[in-house]
Amino acid sequence: MLLRHLGNYVILLKKIFSWPEKPSVYYKQTVRELENLGVNSIGIIAIISVFMGGVITIQTAYNIENPLLPTYLIGLAARDSILLEFSSTIVALILAGKVGSSIASELGTMSVTEQIDALEIMGINSAGYLILPKIIALMIFAPFLTIMSMIIGIFGGWAAGTFAGVVTTTNYIQGIQFAFIPYYITYSLIKSVIFAFIITTVSAYHGYYTNGGALEVGRSSTRAVVHSSVVILLFNLLLTQLLLS
Amino acid sequence: MIEVRNLNKSFNNTQVLKNISALFERGKANLIIGRSGSGKTVLLKSIIGLHDVDSGDILFEGQCFNIMGLKERNIIRRKFGMLFQGAALFDSLTINENVRFNLDMFTTMSVLEKQKRVDHCLDMVDLENVTHLYPSELSGGMKKRAGIARAVVMHPSYLFCDEPNSGLDPKTANIIDNLIKRITLELNITTVINTHDMNSVIEIGDKVFFIHEGQKWWEGSKEEILSSGNLELDDFVYATELVRKLKEQRD
Ligand SMILES: Nc1ncnc2c1ncn2[C@@H]1O[C@H](COP(=O)(O)OP(=O)(O)OP(=O)(O)O)[C@@H](O)[C@H]1O
Ligand SMILES: [Mg+2]
Repeated sequence: MLLRHLGNYVILLKKIFSWPEKPSVYYKQTVRELENLGVNSIGIIAIISVFMGGVITIQTAYNIENPLLPTYLIGLAARDSILLEFSSTIVALILAGKVGSSIASELGTMSVTEQIDALEIMGINSAGYLILPKIIALMIFAPFLTIMSMIIGIFGGWAAGTFAGVVTTTNYIQGIQFAFIPYYITYSLIKSVIFAFIITTVSAYHGYYTNGGALEVGRSSTRAVVHSSVVILLFNLLLTQLLLS
Repeated sequence: MIEVRNLNKSFNNTQVLKNISALFERGKANLIIGRSGSGKTVLLKSIIGLHDVDSGDILFEGQCFNIMGLKERNIIRRKFGMLFQGAALFDSLTINENVRFNLDMFTTMSVLEKQKRVDHCLDMVDLENVTHLYPSELSGGMKKRAGIARAVVMHPSYLFCDEPNSGLDPKTANIIDNLIKRITLELNITTVINTHDMNSVIEIGDKVFFIHEGQKWWEGSKEEILSSGNLELDDFVYATELVRKLKEQRD
């Protein structure tokens, strides 16, 4: 079962990355997907980042209520959680839900209404034409979303922290500047690009091979979200070990 | 001209097509008829290579299509026009863009030339007023007509239609039938149509193939079909009260 999925997934990847017939058309599609998958995700990522940043800061504050520890540690700990895990992994999971389900249902609908057959009949590599622009678009845009999420998350931490009175502005700023490791950002960006590839390809796989009707489209969409989330978590473990050790 | 020889196709151990051979001639409307589930769609999709067949040959002008590599196949496929059962228009494109799609993909025509060709095709199917709408904003019959416009925009040599008039009122069905027939004659192309509509058979069936339980049960012209004497075919032809009454009157 798992092996069969894996086999078909590899076959689809091969199809996606073979001979584009007209690069200019791919370019146009990619621009379209940048808006569709990337720009349209800014809102939800911003909202989630500001709240998560706030929650992380307040929780950290209550966890280190030891008077011996300097309060700038709150800023430092919040910053590292956001940079290391939150802005890549959590954001990827959110994207898996939003972008993954939209890719799977779009391709699934195209499959069950024979639109994919129609492309094939025209002599077009349907997998390449439909999926490659999505992969490229999200891989380009995911790092921007990640950086945006970091900035907004840290801002949310400051806003919530000062509002709740658990940390002062000076201490928070001192904390987020203290012992700053730029590599954490690189690490997060690398992860975000890989996660973008996972989200688009796994969801496209489920959508592209949908058979049947509207019910199956719904199922594919659910499966796309679940499977890409699981694969993301798995790779998160692997990448953490690989990149941070 | 398309020839299929001894075609066999099965899904998970159930054989759907059983040793089908047929010759679809140029300049004629070739109709494949048969009851629901008899294998018409599978036959059509096997001919155009959407299904891989288990055995048998499919020849386009004598060239064996089913053993070709993808590249060669795609060259022949550029000469295909296909109208799918549900029209299969691209949801994200307007009617105008749907019809222009192939021109954008495969030609180096100027924007003006493309638009002229698109307008011509949409005129042909009487859709010149809805070109800016999306498929979801069209009725079923309009979608089918747009599908025909898209199918013929590249001057195909082969036109395939899967139930072009199912779900349409008799009048619209008739218009679509005659449109397909006219295109076939005007462009002198090989047209293969799946249908279970006896009206279409009588209207445009230059050549009719009756598929029964995955086998080619009978073939002939529309003139011959009413007096074939074939039990299963008569059962299909005279399934409705209307046709039965007409037969009684004639006899
Ligand atoms: N992808 C598939 N997988 C498994 N079985 C299939 C598949 N496609 C078709 N079949 C089976 O093949 C048989 C013929 O189906 P087909 O779609 O060709 O019928 P049809 O003659 O086109 O019917 P209709 O007039 O209702 O469209 C059916 O029994 C169907 O269950
Ligand atoms: Mg059918």
